[in-house]
Amino acid sequence: MNAENQDVSVEVAESMGLNAEEFARACDALGRTPNYAEVGVIGVMWSEHCSYKSSRLHLARLPSEGPRVVQGPGENAGAVDIGDGYCAVFKMESHNHPSFIEPFQGAATGVGGILRDVFTMGARPIAILNSLRFGAPEHERTPELLRGVVSGIAHYGNCIGVPTVGGEAQFDSSYNGNILVNAFALGIAKTDELFYGVASGVGNSILYVGAKTGRDGIHGATMASAQFEEDEGQRQLPTVQVGDPFMEKLLLEACLEIFAADCLEGVQDMGAAGLTSSSVEMAARAKTGVEIDLDCIPRRAKALTPYEMLLSESQERMLMVAKPGREEEVIAICEKWGLDVAVIGKVTESGRFVCKATAGYDPLEPGESLPDAQTVVDLPLDLLAEEAPKYERPQAEARAPKLAPAIEASQNLEDEILALVGSPNIGSRQWIWRQYDHIVRSGTVAGPGQADAAIVRAFCGEGPEALLKWLALSVDCNGRFVQLDPYIGAAMAVSECARNIAMVGGVPLGLTDCLNFGSPEVPETMWRFARAIDGIRDACLALEVPVVSGNVSLYNETDGKAILPTPTVAVVGQIAHPGHIVRTGFQKEGDVIAHLGAPSFGHLGGSEWQNLKLDGVFGPAPTLDLSQERTLQSLVRGLAQAKLLSSAHDLSDGGLAVGLAESAIAGDIGAQVKLPGGALIAAPLLFGEEPSRAIISFAPQHQELVASRAAAAGVPFDVLGKVGGANLEISKVSIPLSELQIRHRDALSAVAPENL
Amino acid sequence: MTRVAVLQFPGSNSDFDSLHALRDVMGFDARYVFYREASLNDFDAVVLPGGFSYGDYLRPGAIASRSNAGEALRKFRGPILGICNGFQILTELGLLPGALTRNRHCRFECRNVRLRVEAEGVFTGGLTGRELTLPIAHADGRYHADSATLEQLEGQNRIAFRYIASETPGMPTMVNGNPNGSAQNIAGIYSEDRRVLGLMPHPERATEAALGMSDGKLLFESLASHLDGKGVSK
Repeated sequence: MNAENQDVSVEVAESMGLNAEEFARACDALGRTPNYAEVGVIGVMWSEHCSYKSSRLHLARLPSEGPRVVQGPGENAGAVDIGDGYCAVFKMESHNHPSFIEPFQGAATGVGGILRDVFTMGARPIAILNSLRFGAPEHERTPELLRGVVSGIAHYGNCIGVPTVGGEAQFDSSYNGNILVNAFALGIAKTDELFYGVASGVGNSILYVGAKTGRDGIHGATMASAQFEEDEGQRQLPTVQVGDPFMEKLLLEACLEIFAADCLEGVQDMGAAGLTSSSVEMAARAKTGVEIDLDCIPRRAKALTPYEMLLSESQERMLMVAKPGREEEVIAICEKWGLDVAVIGKVTESGRFVCKATAGYDPLEPGESLPDAQTVVDLPLDLLAEEAPKYERPQAEARAPKLAPAIEASQNLEDEILALVGSPNIGSRQWIWRQYDHIVRSGTVAGPGQADAAIVRAFCGEGPEALLKWLALSVDCNGRFVQLDPYIGAAMAVSECARNIAMVGGVPLGLTDCLNFGSPEVPETMWRFARAIDGIRDACLALEVPVVSGNVSLYNETDGKAILPTPTVAVVGQIAHPGHIVRTGFQKEGDVIAHLGAPSFGHLGGSEWQNLKLDGVFGPAPTLDLSQERTLQSLVRGLAQAKLLSSAHDLSDGGLAVGLAESAIAGDIGAQVKLPGGALIAAPLLFGEEPSRAIISFAPQHQELVASRAAAAGVPFDVLGKVGGANLEISKVSIPLSELQIRHRDALSAVAPENL
Repeated sequence: MTRVAVLQFPGSNSDFDSLHALRDVMGFDARYVFYREASLNDFDAVVLPGGFSYGDYLRPGAIASRSNAGEALRKFRGPILGICNGFQILTELGLLPGALTRNRHCRFECRNVRLRVEAEGVFTGGLTGRELTLPIAHADGRYHADSATLEQLEGQNRIAFRYIASETPGMPTMVNGNPNGSAQNIAGIYSEDRRVLGLMPHPERATEAALGMSDGKLLFESLASHLDGKGVSK
């Protein structure tokens, strides 16, 4: 790479993601022009992906404190207390750009990365979720991207043996040129045995553990911080990493063994921006310094330059700082698991990131030259971390959404319901989740499609005496509502996720987010981002769900066309007792079905039915009353805890009609109902998507008690009818359950053929 | 107490499921044995759990069968149960005939299946004719063998489990209930002496009402009564 010997020009700096102003700022701060490798280091550390330069000011507004918070944002993952000395460690992260370029490896390494973030903290991962967005089902690349992403997630999660217990997938033409792959992972750790990403203890050894370094993924973090131009995806292939879940399995087991032996001061995975970001962040957190000898890096490619070793995003690698004199134990455990391990440096008190290397030395070419390492990088840590750019980008209020033209519903409401139930955005996702091992580790109590939230039991401790904790997980975002009103849409995403936890009888403990937006340099996009943050904040405060970790993904656009703003959120909740668990499906013939919350008045703005009929997003946005939302959630949770419910399902996509159909399909039993308040049947009342509503069913003898609890809480309560029969009957509309089940089942068949 | 080894390869991932089912649910004296230790002398039975023993980038189970654990398994004289990847390892070792190839639709498939028990053996004592629901979770579960082998398996009554037709509401219906295209709907087979069983479905993940399925317990109860009957250990 001759370029590395050239003087660094503004053009070179720009090719590494720094603009002219940033480059000038770096030169000023250093008092000299940084060399090629140094500019590469500054470029990734100042990238949006690593520095959050456009979002940091806004993220600071999110509430991150609460009685159950063990670890808030800023570490590799967040953690919340689940009792008896254990905590749930979780985070969500995007892998959008790599997945669009190479869907299989992009999605696979997204799973690998988020798992490392969790087990780096000392937690054994026990569940994965994902949130996926694809282009229109009829778009030419959608089937290939769907197939690639799902098989990539399956490949990684199934092999490493962590169950993918839930998730969501939506199709919208705004994602035609920029799909979203957001991966979530959850692990369990002892609260007093968490590990942190700190390079503490001057003189301590820094160890490299895991896969060898190659040239894959160089400058991936910078790539993830730039927008696509048409066809550019193909040209960016070398920046996509290749995952090896077997290697990660070895790394996971070795790390947990090393953690248990208490050999470490700190540990961090080498994720985006690889060796650079892991060592810089660890040293910055500990306010120390690091010195790394690049000659010692285990490698699988010949003639690697310092620039390449510092920027490689080869997967399945960890950076560890050993306690004094404990290096050999770490090395022995790594060798047991067949992993590469090397002492590559030490912690210093310099406040600097220093790397040394011997020019021309290559351990893969023995004998050519002897190591005689010279300093190749010497940068102040503050410049790379604390003092990275922080922008208050200009904002401009986006224009109010267009209002919807009148929708012509066919006279046949049966057909409308069937079309909606069988639409790609609402129908069954079983083609997707059947490819995921959703039951490995014997913890999946409610897997995909069974309850409003996925439910896992966590084994806390070893052996027959292990304590069991029941955790509920949900991930959600409806980008259409965010497009219409970013504040309300983002608050609705938090509300729906927390509502899902309430529906299964759980209490929300914490939230992680993955904020997917277009270019922050577009003032309207920045305004939407800022408003969405406010929406998340207010909903989190109202529902008492602290934000403990998260990720921002900007520049999700192609040729200037941004995706629907998609601030995906995932909530982790806890269910006190397995007897409290309530599922989506109707259970028993004769059970009473009731509607909780203010009945729909037919609000269709942003609804799935409107999207299906008009092929677009039209306003106005629904309204959201967070205190009503909170009351509804605590009512349903209380009913579940009192064991009064046979089923509970929140009303969201597709409104009342779809909610009823889903409970009937999941329970494999029909229902006969009328609309709340005895309203006359009409499409808007069936398909309106006002939030803060739920459908519950219960034994007839509980009706009085349920009604009185609802009245006491001030939540509107309407008995709709009864469970039973082989049809779903809503007033005069009647559809055979079997027909609903088939349409629901085959919803993805056009985009994802079965070929059983 | 029944002493069962759960043999761990570096990429085993259903090892915990097996240990939990055997130790915590069944109450056996079950323990992990790391493949390098490979001493099985102290155990009455061995379970080869599911997973991706060595990443399985070559053929599932191919490298595991060539590890030193392979030799220990050949020498072991007690009952051996190979589940999923364990079944693949047993065929690679030659302890069971045939091979497990990529599912017909070329995707990983995780769902519940219906099975009929078709042969008596250590793990299916008194269960012949019984229909069970067990989960599957595999990409390479399509049983393949040449016609002579298939005839021999049939003739010697060694086909332990067959997939049978079933309808699960909301799920696509499989031809003959066969999720992967296995020859003759075979889900599991015995060795000639009915001591070694390999099957693709996961009985160890179906032993508790809390997880919605408990038919898998039947196999382990059969193992326990076999060992009791032989007085191998108490």
